[in-house]
Amino acid sequence: MNDRNRNIGEYIPADDDNIIVCRCEEITKGEIRRAVHDGMFTLTEIRRYLRTGMGLCQGQTCTKLVKSIVAKELGIRPSDLEPATGRAPMRPIEMYILAQDGEDMK
Amino acid sequence: MNAEVIIVGGGIIGCSTAYNLAKNGVSVIVLEGSEHIGNGGSTRNGGGVRQSGRDPRELPLVMYAIKNIWKDLSDMLDTDVEYHQQGNLRLGSTDKHHQILNGLTERAIKCGLDVRMIDGYEARQINPYLSEEVTCASWCPTDGHANPLTATMGYYKMARRLGAHFISGEKVTEIRKIKGKARQVITESGNIYEGDKIIVASGYESRFIVSTVGIDVPMQPVLLETLVTEAVAPMFWQMLGTADADFYGHQSNHGSFVFGLNSGYEPYARPGKPVSSSIAVSAACRGIMKYFPSLSDIKVVRSWAGWMDSCADHIPVISPVEEVPGLILACGFSGHGFGIAPAVGLLLSQLATEQKTTLDLSEFRYNRF
Repeated sequence: MNDRNRNIGEYIPADDDNIIVCRCEEITKGEIRRAVHDGMFTLTEIRRYLRTGMGLCQGQTCTKLVKSIVAKELGIRPSDLEPATGRAPMRPIEMYILAQDGEDMK
Repeated sequence: MNAEVIIVGGGIIGCSTAYNLAKNGVSVIVLEGSEHIGNGGSTRNGGGVRQSGRDPRELPLVMYAIKNIWKDLSDMLDTDVEYHQQGNLRLGSTDKHHQILNGLTERAIKCGLDVRMIDGYEARQINPYLSEEVTCASWCPTDGHANPLTATMGYYKMARRLGAHFISGEKVTEIRKIKGKARQVITESGNIYEGDKIIVASGYESRFIVSTVGIDVPMQPVLLETLVTEAVAPMFWQMLGTADADFYGHQSNHGSFVFGLNSGYEPYARPGKPVSSSIAVSAACRGIMKYFPSLSDIKVVRSWAGWMDSCADHIPVISPVEEVPGLILACGFSGHGFGIAPAVGLLLSQLATEQKTTLDLSEFRYNRF
């Protein structure tokens, strides 16, 4: 049960809020922290709202960082947060290759 | 816990209803069964804000939303919902496609919609990336698309700011009547929530929830699958569809293309967690490349799946329930709830506060079956 009205305190601006955390989508630490205060309490919600981890690298760089930022903002342990779902294909693949479906194009 | 209105379901319908209620000072609790807000079709759909191709009974809802709400939604929600109103092309390449598109177009014109049939040449004037395969299309210039993720989370964010109380991971198992009226909502964890009105907007799960007060809505879960590509420079802003509905989609602000897929196997997907099949993305890529050869080299980054609640007659139930006073149903959106959600949220807030609804809802009665 996750009560979205529970008190997590006010958003307090920090000196490092301008640091880019998700490099693919250019999302900053401050944007992630503000999203938590706007009610995005799970990594899936953060991702849907900000696009963190949805770029070319699929979160391979920033997942842990985002997790620790969100956990700190919520006052919980990072391990309490479920990771967002991994999605196929695990590496970006051109449409013309996916379209072959295991067969030759010609 | 008590509130004037209890909403069961934290999808875009529940969130937009909560927003409209909270804005008018009505106390509201939203219970979401999963861990995440907007976890069903709300954040998994292709983002169409379409009038063309829609059931005539549903048209007034989307026409109202497009005329009155979508344009201002980003400001209303303090969230960029990435709404574009640059038309919908529904594409065809055979005589059968022409027949399908013509039928849809004639029905929509009768309802007062500005939509018409065009040939391949005119379609390529509108969208120069289309291949010569395309020989006909329906063209509705007032259609468009938006971002389902930010629209859903935006409604949630603003409803919460206005005082709506959201609780996730609170799976509703039962509605309980008191003195003949629906008043209590019981959850798996044993908590009891009480309200004057209970709105059930839980997709297919609504079927189990309202069965506890003897009500049934004939609907089935049907899988929907979607893919997203890498970001590229802007190419076009129209919403796209096809006569066979084998793919539909658009380019987003971000530069990526979002395409909904249809392999034909979706109604037979394995129940439980929605999982992307191994065939739908490949099948859709073949369809997309046939009409848009210039997308052949673009990379697919992700694919996902979700459940829609397909109603027996493919339009939703949006209705108070006479046998169970206090209960209001909003389910069976059949995969086209996103575009109409802003209007439905307004109408449900009016039903919940016993005001006259802005639009007639008689086509969406629960007892029409």
